[in-house]
Amino acid sequence: MDFNLMAEAFPKILDGLPVTMALAGISLFLGFFLAVGIALLRLSSFRPISALAYGFVYVFRGTPLLVQIFLIYYGTGQFEAVRESFLWPVLREAWWCAILALTLNTGAYTSEIIRGGILSVPFGQIEAAKACGMNALMRFRRIVFPQAIRQALPAYGNEIILMIKSTSLASTITLLEMTGIARKMISQTYKPLEIFLIAAVFYLTLVFVVTRAVAYVEFRLNPDRRAARTAKGKDLTTVAALGADVR
Amino acid sequence: MPEWMQLLQWGDDGWGDEMVRGMLMTLAVACAAFLLGIVIGMFGAALKLSRYILVRFIGETYTTLIRGVPDLLIIYLLFFGGSMAVMAVARVFGYDEYIELDAFAIGTIALGTISGAYATEVIRGAVLSVPKGQIEAAKACGMSRFLLFRRIMVPQVARYALPGLGNVWQLTLKDTSLISVVGLVEIMRQASVASGSTQKPFTFYLTAGILYLVLTAFSNKGFGLAEIWANRGVRRA
Repeated sequence: MDFNLMAEAFPKILDGLPVTMALAGISLFLGFFLAVGIALLRLSSFRPISALAYGFVYVFRGTPLLVQIFLIYYGTGQFEAVRESFLWPVLREAWWCAILALTLNTGAYTSEIIRGGILSVPFGQIEAAKACGMNALMRFRRIVFPQAIRQALPAYGNEIILMIKSTSLASTITLLEMTGIARKMISQTYKPLEIFLIAAVFYLTLVFVVTRAVAYVEFRLNPDRRAARTAKGKDLTTVAALGADVR
Repeated sequence: MPEWMQLLQWGDDGWGDEMVRGMLMTLAVACAAFLLGIVIGMFGAALKLSRYILVRFIGETYTTLIRGVPDLLIIYLLFFGGSMAVMAVARVFGYDEYIELDAFAIGTIALGTISGAYATEVIRGAVLSVPKGQIEAAKACGMSRFLLFRRIMVPQVARYALPGLGNVWQLTLKDTSLISVVGLVEIMRQASVASGSTQKPFTFYLTAGILYLVLTAFSNKGFGLAEIWANRGVRRA
């Protein structure tokens, strides 16, 4: 174990932390809106639209992220038309290509999570909302979406963690995020274990923080479960009596 | 389109046969890693279900570390560290030359280690979902531990684990693309070699994507059929 090297690697990899977080954060933010859109398209009763959305999801979930990144970063430059278009300043930059690929990728995965959440809302509630005279937008905003999010949150937490890990692939297109820096240091020093351990500490910490944060949000969003949890500690008979009172 | 066909011709003039060979290599490394992953997963599940806290801790550390760190980083570790570990062992036996591990071996070990962590969780869950009463009943019938394992546990654990292992397979299959960074000539590597020499990256990465889609689609179908087969004796409401 070369502890000097580890001490040296720590600040260097720390420099990559904001890049990793920005890649994950921006693409998760943009990908979420994309995902809600795709989920709604997939649930459309108009066949061609839902088929199109399904195709998008199928392709992005069925191919490796690396292919998607390379296709966008290296592939788009093949066409004269793209190189001369207004898109080129964006597609030329490794940074934006990584953001684009990660956004499309998480959009596809997240749309399935959200779709599952939307489908989990009991149909009776939607009927009731209709009977109350709510229009489609209001039904979605007040009834479907809040419950869908709550249902989808645990799975979405996994997706966030997957995305944090996926940002490491941006290092293959020259971006110096944490894995990119680690890789560079490993090939200079040939001491993989030390550098791996330092980088692993950063990733594990990030993942741990996210897991805690998601658990907290889940706790906040589920007041019913929260009540049950606090009640657990109390005398059961009083709780039962309280319940009887309310009823 | 005709240009595409021309680039992907079979034989010396095109890259068709090379790409298909890359696809077979992807499939080979994915299968080897998946099998290794299942073996590791069985040991991992045994560790995590052990009654000794220290043994459980080892299993816990393994799965947490592997699942919390990017796969690419693990591959780098094994790519740079794997050869060195072998060389260190060789040095003990008085062999001082540089040894380089085969890219296929490194790829299999790296992906096997990764898929092993996910397989551990799947198998552990499957073991826990075998009803406890059955195990008690088997013991009451006087079955030895081995017989209980073979007749009661294995058939049911395999069935419960199948959907989860299908996911692990998909993950492993897609992760093989990362092995291209260590030089194994699979789909991705072949595509980047071809696009380097023809200056047609879009064509070749798109082809690579289609080949991956073919692999994932077929194996998805395969796992679906396997699930139907494994559940043929299960009554459904």
